[in-house]
Amino acid sequence: MDGIILQQLINGLTLGSVYGLIAIGYTMVYGIIGMINFAHGEVYMISAYIAAITLAILAFFGLESFPLLILGTLLFTIAVTGVYGFVIERIAYKPLRNSTRLAPLISAIGMSLILQNYVQLSQGARQQGVPTLLDGALKFHIGEGFVQLTYTKVFILVAAFLGMAVLTYVIQRTKLGRMCRATQQDRKMASILGINTDRVISYVFVIGAAMAALAGVLITMNYGTFDFYAGFIIGIKAFTAAVLGGIGSLPGAMLGGIILGIAEAQFSGMVNTDYKDVFSFSLLVLILIFRPQGLLGRPHVAKV
Amino acid sequence: MSQKIFRKGFLALAVTTALSISSVVEADIVIGVAGPHTGANASFGEQYWRGATQAADDINAAGGVNGEKIKLVKADDACEPKQAVSVANRLVDQDKAIGVVGHFCSSSTIPASEVYDEAGIIAITPGSTNPQVTERGLSGMFRMCGRDDQQGIVAGDYIVDVLKAKKVAIIHDKDTYGQGLADATKAQLAKRGVKEVLYEGLTRGEKDFNALVTKIRASGAEVVYFGGLHPEAGPLVRQMREQGLTAKFLSGDGIVTDELVTTAGGPQYTKGVLMTFGADPRKIEDGKAVIEKFRAAGFEPEGYTLYAYASLQALAAAFAGAGANDPAKASEWLKSHPVQTVMGKKEWDGKGDLKVSDYVIYEWDDAGKYHQQ
Repeated sequence: MDGIILQQLINGLTLGSVYGLIAIGYTMVYGIIGMINFAHGEVYMISAYIAAITLAILAFFGLESFPLLILGTLLFTIAVTGVYGFVIERIAYKPLRNSTRLAPLISAIGMSLILQNYVQLSQGARQQGVPTLLDGALKFHIGEGFVQLTYTKVFILVAAFLGMAVLTYVIQRTKLGRMCRATQQDRKMASILGINTDRVISYVFVIGAAMAALAGVLITMNYGTFDFYAGFIIGIKAFTAAVLGGIGSLPGAMLGGIILGIAEAQFSGMVNTDYKDVFSFSLLVLILIFRPQGLLGRPHVAKV
Repeated sequence: MSQKIFRKGFLALAVTTALSISSVVEADIVIGVAGPHTGANASFGEQYWRGATQAADDINAAGGVNGEKIKLVKADDACEPKQAVSVANRLVDQDKAIGVVGHFCSSSTIPASEVYDEAGIIAITPGSTNPQVTERGLSGMFRMCGRDDQQGIVAGDYIVDVLKAKKVAIIHDKDTYGQGLADATKAQLAKRGVKEVLYEGLTRGEKDFNALVTKIRASGAEVVYFGGLHPEAGPLVRQMREQGLTAKFLSGDGIVTDELVTTAGGPQYTKGVLMTFGADPRKIEDGKAVIEKFRAAGFEPEGYTLYAYASLQALAAAFAGAGANDPAKASEWLKSHPVQTVMGKKEWDGKGDLKVSDYVIYEWDDAGKYHQQ
């Protein structure tokens, strides 16, 4: 068993950090307009396609050094996916701002189907892939066994945590973050005090899409394969992570993602892979029973 | 009296008119081509469609069947059982198909074949290998390929005799096809005295199998047998190599497409991957002219392409042999007569299984191609 638990911890951490990145999009949108954006998984899927296309274009122009290649891909993918986030909000949610709570939920599901089919029709239904960008792996010997960690995984961990750190800084320390937090606390009051809340909501969608784009680039690098359906399962997992951590809470989404990733990996390793999803969702149910607001969520207090 | 004759004459005239009208309307034999034309397994659907359309063109050019032309209808099940049943109903009710080439995933073929059986039409699947496809006693269900219990025997024997492995990990995708194949291999291994060290399922549609790979590593397996399809097989084998696991990887006919290399992220990961599949139909002399036609059109007839071609040939032969476009008679005929196809002479038993199946081992090379060993 030497090194196995540690290896599983690393497996869980890489998977969980990506869940966390996508969960940020769910949690921020919920925090500000109280709606679950079910098209968010598809935003991630689209970013994987954009990343692959960007990589191909950059490689076509002879850019071969890894840092430049990955930096170019990241910047371009985040920019284009951000535009997608903005447009999706404008088309599917803004017109429904003052309708019943159910309407934007349903339009989100519709948006998700439209995006899936749009990608399938324009890019084809086949599996797509990108070659490995970063070869090689670190190998640590522990007793009889060993732990192996590809450079790609190291890069993913660093990039994911860097992304989360930058986002936390933006939300806690900048004017944009202050506007977001104010709108989240009380949308009507914030707008009375001169904040353009519609614009803040657009920002939030763009930020969520940017985080999903970061996840998309990282996963595309890690697994090298994706298709038009890739957003579905990972979207559900990330949503679970957001609820687990306390939907609406930014650190909660990151923590929820990491806990979910590690729990899945350790359960697969020690018990059984067949039932790992059953285990994750049981964990979610248990936490919701004993702490309905999620791990880091604040209980909702009704003002009288 | 004269009135009676007049009435009879009128009736006869009416009947002949009706007959001639109906023969104008039904001048085509409608055959459905059902399979995953979209979705993660769409490449198999493309193989089916290419094979069947080429066969239809060739048969129609040679005069058709019973003097009528074959008309194909595409039916997309996306490898989902629910969708398979609804397209099966559409083929029967709307398109009035009297024969079907399809489906692909066994989990789709099994429920869809119930619909065909009820409508009394004939279906032949080029690629569904689960034993239950033909074991349920449906009179019009045939297959152009072998069965998982035959495929599992070949895989199990290969692991014991050639790879000489003592420790085998068996992984499946919890689907009718994947788990069925894994179980068949497991049974053959048990018969040969090898007990697997790990038997687990993964989830279709996921891409991260790192936790499972670590577990396989901990089990000390020398061979990993995978029952499933290429969208999961590719990432699985890649993550095995990335974690430094050098165990041999063996799978079945669910990975027989160049896309395996795409999903694995390059031939450096799929090099040495083994699979069981019917003897390469491209090597059979009978199909040479047809294969040239495919290649001239810029399509390599890999995987199930020729199986689909041969399936349509078998249907056409059955309808021609029965002498009428009657699916019940055609099924009966097919169970007692051999058919000459692009894949050689094929004969079916009373269940609709091929009398002879020819599974062999293939290996993937470092250029991302597979070769018969």
